[in-house]
Amino acid sequence: MDTRLEPIVKIIQEKFGATFEEFRDEVHLFLKPEQIVEALTLLRDEHKFELLSALTAVDYYPQTSPRFHVVYQLTSLAQNLSLQIRVPVNGTSPKVPTVTGLYGMANWRERELFDMFGIEVEGHPDPRRILMPEDTEGHPLRKDFPLGYEEPQFTFNFDEIGLMKPRPKE
Amino acid sequence: MTQIEEVSIDQFKHLVSARALTGETMLLNMGPQHPSTHGVLRLLLELDGEIIVNCIPDIGYLHTGIEKNMEAKTYQKAEVMTDRLDYMNPMGNNLAYVMAVEKLVGLDVPIRAQGLRVILVELQRIASHLVWLGSVGLDLAAMSMFLYCFRERELILDIFELVSGQRMMTTYFRPGGVWRDVPVEFEKAVRDFLKIFPARIDEYEKLLTKNPLFLDRMLGLGILDSATALSYGVTGPTLRASGVDWDLRKARPYSGYEQYDFNVPVLTEGDTYARYLVHIQEFRESLKIIEQALNKLPFGPVRSENRKFVPPPRSEIGVSMESLIHHFKLWTEGFPAPKASVYSAVESPRGELGLLLEGDGGPKPLRVHLRTPSFDNLSVLSHIVNGHLVADLVAILASIDIVLGDIDR
Repeated sequence: MDTRLEPIVKIIQEKFGATFEEFRDEVHLFLKPEQIVEALTLLRDEHKFELLSALTAVDYYPQTSPRFHVVYQLTSLAQNLSLQIRVPVNGTSPKVPTVTGLYGMANWRERELFDMFGIEVEGHPDPRRILMPEDTEGHPLRKDFPLGYEEPQFTFNFDEIGLMKPRPKE
Repeated sequence: MTQIEEVSIDQFKHLVSARALTGETMLLNMGPQHPSTHGVLRLLLELDGEIIVNCIPDIGYLHTGIEKNMEAKTYQKAEVMTDRLDYMNPMGNNLAYVMAVEKLVGLDVPIRAQGLRVILVELQRIASHLVWLGSVGLDLAAMSMFLYCFRERELILDIFELVSGQRMMTTYFRPGGVWRDVPVEFEKAVRDFLKIFPARIDEYEKLLTKNPLFLDRMLGLGILDSATALSYGVTGPTLRASGVDWDLRKARPYSGYEQYDFNVPVLTEGDTYARYLVHIQEFRESLKIIEQALNKLPFGPVRSENRKFVPPPRSEIGVSMESLIHHFKLWTEGFPAPKASVYSAVESPRGELGLLLEGDGGPKPLRVHLRTPSFDNLSVLSHIVNGHLVADLVAILASIDIVLGDIDR
């Protein structure tokens, strides 16, 4: 771990009781959903992590508690440091509070989080889907969402595929 | 599976001002099929006469589920998906992906391969900026810019065809090195380009930089201050035009960037014209990097010798049983990666292109998240266009340099 990152990690650990993992010099801090806003405020205002680089989730299906890790990748331009915060959430009605008040970037990324994983973002100013159409069923990046495909049309299955193709109403 | 949600108009009422509901302002769809949106992007505009009151970008028309598809492929095979992300920057996307894989499994890259990667990525940066410059010109009715820029871009694409056999979807970088060594004609082709291009940049500048018509359409438009830019995760030339000196090539050098001498152009105005100037200056800096990298390029292997991750050359397979086994295992099963997660980022022509790559111990990734720069750069648009004319929106949108393939993934 970078020596400049050590005191910051220590503060977060003491204040929030966070556990941490390290892999290839990257530090992952694990926090509870209700702590995330306070922790990010502290990191942004006092430790100059002014850029939220990425906000996404990882699905560990069929594991259920926690099923998802919501990932916040923070970057400090002033100190040239990176820190990753992970928030484990359960599979049944997953929820995280919004961080749009801290980072404007979170607005679209949290919409993507809901769209792709079905993780509800509490207090989001504009809770709509972003990439998929509004009437989509399910959340595509969940591991239990099937990876669909379209069968190629050849002579032997020409009629069969033709029948299944969507066509305008008569 | 959840029930199909009923979509009602009430869900969208909060997006526009109260004046739109009474009919005082007009709602206008710009796109999804519109030449100035650079792809299939829909902008819902609320207009008071010709002044923009509200701008709501609607994306997702090009969503192809690249992240999901990559999770269903082995590490080698997932790479072809990255070319299709940001189709103006396939080499850069390849680099971001192979660097993430190399970081995850702990693979070293030979120095020659690193040098080649830098040369090709910088050429790609120039090609991408050329498309940017051409389309800005086109949007502002400077039609000839487009033709000139594509003339030079063609020279770069010829070099790509020379090394990889493909003009656009190159997949030339592989985990542990590059596909194969460059042909002997490569050096001459790049040196020719280095000779031709500086004069061409001067030509563009002569046409645009002090052109009063161009200045009228660019100066003081879409001003983005540094605090807003950082909050919205804007990176790349757009951030540097707003006065923040942040370039991953300088701040966190990768692939041997630390040995090259180049500047990072930074301007403080934050308007459309500043973004134009940053792009023009980046042309010259990229040329500097290419020249140094070409002069320093050593001879030697272009792929790692680690046979657990990199397939052996064809010549070895006939004489070595071990090589045959490695070849077979790597192309059928793939290589396993540890159960861990890495985040690796490179400076693409548009900003920070980051990959969150998580392995599950098997040959396929558990999660690939692509932090694509255009997505976050576009999210700031609705905050910088309010109060401008519709005609200026075209210039502002062109200047933040979005690629819809990069946004929708």
